[in-house]
Parts: sequence; structure tokens; C-alpha cells
Amino acid sequence: MPTVQVKNFCKNYGKTEAVKGISFNIEKGEIFGLIGPNGAGKTTTLRVMSTLLQITSGSVKIMDYDLEKQPKKIRHLISYLPEDAGAYKNLTGREYLTFIAKFFERKDIKKMIQKGIEITDLGERINDKVDTYSKGMKRRLLVGRALMTDPDLAILDEPTSGLDVINAQEIRKIIKDTAKNGTTVLLSSHNMLEVEYLCDRIALIANGKIIEEGEPSQLMEKYKSNNIEEVFTKVVA
Amino acid sequence: MSALGNIIRKELKELLTPATILPILILTIIFGSLGGTISGIEEEASAAPIIGVINENNTIFSDIAVDVFNNNAEVVFNSTDISDRQQGLKQVRENNGVALIIIPKNFTEKIENDMPGVIEIYWIMKGAGLMDTISSSSVEHILGIVSINISSELIEDNSTSNATIVLAPTTRTETTNFKGIDFKGISPGTITRMLSSQSTTIPIIMMMIIIMAGGMVISSMALEKENKTLETLLTLPVKRTSIVTGKITASAIVGLVLALIYMVGIGYYMQSFNMQGDAGSTSFSISLSSFDLLLVGLSLFVALVAALSLCMLLGTLAKNYKSAQTLTFPVTMMAMFPMLITMFTDFDTLPLGLKTLVFAIPFSHPMIAPRALLFNDYMLVIAGIIYTTIFAIIMISIVVWVFRTDRLLTGSIGTKKLFKFKK
Repeated sequence: MPTVQVKNFCKNYGKTEAVKGISFNIEKGEIFGLIGPNGAGKTTTLRVMSTLLQITSGSVKIMDYDLEKQPKKIRHLISYLPEDAGAYKNLTGREYLTFIAKFFERKDIKKMIQKGIEITDLGERINDKVDTYSKGMKRRLLVGRALMTDPDLAILDEPTSGLDVINAQEIRKIIKDTAKNGTTVLLSSHNMLEVEYLCDRIALIANGKIIEEGEPSQLMEKYKSNNIEEVFTKVVA
Repeated sequence: MSALGNIIRKELKELLTPATILPILILTIIFGSLGGTISGIEEEASAAPIIGVINENNTIFSDIAVDVFNNNAEVVFNSTDISDRQQGLKQVRENNGVALIIIPKNFTEKIENDMPGVIEIYWIMKGAGLMDTISSSSVEHILGIVSINISSELIEDNSTSNATIVLAPTTRTETTNFKGIDFKGISPGTITRMLSSQSTTIPIIMMMIIIMAGGMVISSMALEKENKTLETLLTLPVKRTSIVTGKITASAIVGLVLALIYMVGIGYYMQSFNMQGDAGSTSFSISLSSFDLLLVGLSLFVALVAALSLCMLLGTLAKNYKSAQTLTFPVTMMAMFPMLITMFTDFDTLPLGLKTLVFAIPFSHPMIAPRALLFNDYMLVIAGIIYTTIFAIIMISIVVWVFRTDRLLTGSIGTKKLFKFKK
């Protein structure tokens, strides 16, 4: 059973068609990347998958749960990291992770928080207020928050957006390790190198439609390109 | 187009937004309506006051007084028999009059014996707003003319050498009926003065609490959106109703704390409302009982919950912290309007349209409640509490509905599948 099954999914904002009937599956432990130009429908797709928005038509299933009918079940299985997300500034990093962990009715909350702290790798700064964190530290905290729950599906919107090379590399490594441990990852990114490095499969999306899908190496071969950036340029252009 | 013209055009486009124009428009409407009320009162001030007169004396000085009354006031009841007092009061009341004036049998005799002649006045006070005492002021002015005319007569006749009597030939005893209670020895002006600080301080405090707490809620919602913490919260395994209830409950607790602080203040403040009769030895307590204070607290609490729910609804419309500042404006206006109204006039004396508008604003009720309870108008206060509670429930329901739609994040409502995520 694929972790994610999307069939003819459409999303409209009033009369504007943001996503026009896309279909794809993501297998367990796979890292699946949605790449496309601005306004292509990537964030809308991720927001729908994370139960934030309602679908207009089609069907989306996560771990065989229907997104429309069983959103609460799905919220137990997923973790969503929005682009440019923030944390509550008046809480410390530890308090923020504790606040999130308490929503998951599990016995191993302490273990979950400890895992989050390890992922953030913030050391003693985990006890400082979020307001005092740099952008990189905040992002690490949020990645820690997203992955500490051992979700079946991690939905990451531009996970390394705005980060320096070192921080971005560390977060990519964390994502790779998480997938190795069985978490399925659906991410979007503008960074083609990141996509090439991280993703097992990618879908190129433009104007709300998937126009190409496959493994990065297959796509590079198909479009006779040296990297995904070239593939992207050829396909989207 | 020159560079300067280009910049001016851009600046005008940025400055002349609905957010800047709307407040001015609403303020214009509010002050326009207040202006209408004030001009109505000015008309009332220029009109002759409506009174009734019982002249038991029928001698030279009482006749001077009656002449002055007839020339300066609209006398709707005339009698020479004190037993007609109740009928006179009834008639004055029916004619929307302000006072029944009684000139007793010994009026002239007293003046002739170098004692001030006593005029008895029974005031019918309709409201305790600053503008409600205009008619009684007109009558007080007429009583002044009576004194002057009697003084002139005393000087012309050279009938007394007592300068005190020549300068002040009359005195008065007065009873004011206000909201069904008789206050002996107290004039409408005294009651208004005693209540005026209450009619300004309490609405201002109430307005400040609403603006402060409401602003906090709207800003908190806006910050959740701006920092995208709301998106994270909505994807966690927690019911959306729990998020709304949690936010409103927390805000209500803050509101309750504010209300308690307010009540301690108002409790001490109200203890000072023990009026001593000017002429008599009887004291008239119009302080609030513990039950009254409880009702005021309840009124304030439900008004705060209503305000916070409304603010949360407005907060869902906010895209960021900056837009939240604009959204606090309607709440500020809704709090300012009843504040201004209750400062200048009494709820009971408002025209029906304005009364309905003030009643419809949930924040009005804690402003109206203390004065209404001072004069045992429990019906108005309880009706206000019930109305405000219903308003709060409706607001909360709408907020919960918005939380279940795309509206919260996208700014648009899908009409087909509004209630998909109900769990």
C-alpha cells in the first residue's frame, strides 16, 4: 500500500484553478519532490495534503485514510513544515517541542521531545527563548518539531529555504536519515541540487499540472541533461 | 509626468486605501448622529419648559410668581388647591413636563415678616445625562426671575428694610423624582453632578478594557498567521473546535481578570454614592448591593466574551500584524459610540432609533448597567446580559465555522464544501 495516493486531485480558489487534476503515488520511505515555478501549485498541493485546505475534486489517501472523510486520523500520521514557518517567540525551544508533543497522545512524550532536541542540535540554546534564535536555529527547531513525532508522512515545504550552506546541508542529512528510518517524505523545493540529492522521485509541476514524473537519473537521461536544473528548464520552457 | 507628480500619485494610491477612508467615514456618521441629538437638545433648551403650578396663596407676591411662570413657561396645570397635587403631577408627567411648582398659603406673609417665602418644587427628572437637565435649568432660571421681580416690588414699595430679604426674597424646598424614586431636598442638578463622574469614568474604563483585550486577540490571531504558527497548529491532531475554544477561553480568563480588577474599583467607587439631602436630615443611599455588583460583573464578563469573540472573528480576516491594527478600528468605534452616548445623555431618554442602536452594541450594556441598577432597572440589565450572551454565542459559532473552512488561510470561502473538516 503506497503511503500517499493522489487521483485526479483539483483545487480551485474561487474561479482560479490552482491544481488541475494531478495524480501520483508515494511509496513508504520514499522521498518525493514536487518542483515547479512559482505559482505552479506546489504549496497548494502540500497544504491540501496536510489537511489545511479542502480539495475541490478528486481523491487523496494517506496511509489509506481518505483526506476528506478522515482528516483527524491523518493528522496523527503526518507532520507539516510550512515554508518560512515560525515558532512561538515567548517559548523556549524546549517548551515549544513540549507544547507540540503534548498533542500526540503517546506514552513516550519525553522520548519524543528528546528526539526533537537531538534533531535540532541546539545544545544549551534549546533552553533559550525562540525570539533569540537565528533563522537557521529556528529552522532546525522546526525541522526537529516536524520529525520528532516519527510521522508516517513528512510534508516539507522548502525545508532549507533561506538557510546558509552549512545549515541547509545538515537539514538535508536529517531528512535523508529520517527517510531511511521509514518515514515517507513529500517536499517541494526551488533548489534543484537539493532535489537531485534528496529525492528518490520527482514530479515537475507547472500551471497546476504534473508535466513530468520519475527518478532524477531517468529524467536526466530522457532529456539528455547533466542535471535536474537543465531538465526543469527544458520541461517547463 | 514629472518625477514629483509620479511620486505624489504613488503616495496617494498608498495612502487613500479603504483602511484610511473608512474610519473617517464612520467617525463622520457617529458625530453626525451625535450632532443630531445635540441639536434636538438645543431646540429643547430654547423652548419654554413645561410646568404645573398650584398657587394656594393668591396674594401680591404669589401673583408676581405666577405671572412670571405664565410668561416664561408653558403651564399645563393650574390650581389653587393643594389637594390637586397628585392630579397636577399626573398632568405634568403626561405633558412631558419638568416640574410641579407649589406656592404655599403663607408665601406672601413670610416675606412681609422678613422671612424668605418658600416655593415647593416637585421635579420630574427623565434622565441623568449631561443634556437631560436642560429643562430643569430653564425652570431654575425662571425661579431666579421670580426672585428678582419680588425684590423689585419690595424695593418699589419700600415695604422692608431687611436687605437679606430684599436680595433673596424666596427660597425653595425641592423633591426630585428620578426613575420612580423620590429624592427629598435634592435637585436634578445635584443628582446629575453626583452621577456625572460615573457616567464618564465607567464608560471610559470599559472602552479601554475592550480596546486593550480586543486588540490583543486580533493581534494574536494576526501574529499566528504571520508567523505561520497557525498552519502548524491546524495540522496537529487537535480538533479545530478545541483550538477556537482554547483561544476564546484563554481570552475570557484574561477578560475575567480584567473584570475582577474593574469590579474592585467600581465597588469602592460606588460606596461614595450616598447622597445626603440638602434640606433634611434623611440620607438616601443609592449605592449598589452585592447582587447589583454581581450583575454588573456578569454584564461586563459577557460583554468581554462577546468582544473577544468578535475580535477573534476579525482576527481571522487579518493577514498580518499591520492589517490587525486596522481591524481593531470597528471594535474601537463600537466601544466609543455607547461611551459618548452614555456620557452625554441617559439611555432611557434616547430616541427609539438611537436606543435600539445602543442596545444592539453589546459593549453598551456594562456601561448602562451601573446607573440602571442604581435605580432598580433590573429588566434592562438582565435583557442586556441575555442579548450579549446570545451575541457572543453567535460570534463563537461563526469563528468555529471559519476555522473549518479555507477562509482562515486563503481569504476565500469555498461554498461547496464548507463543512468537510468537521472532526
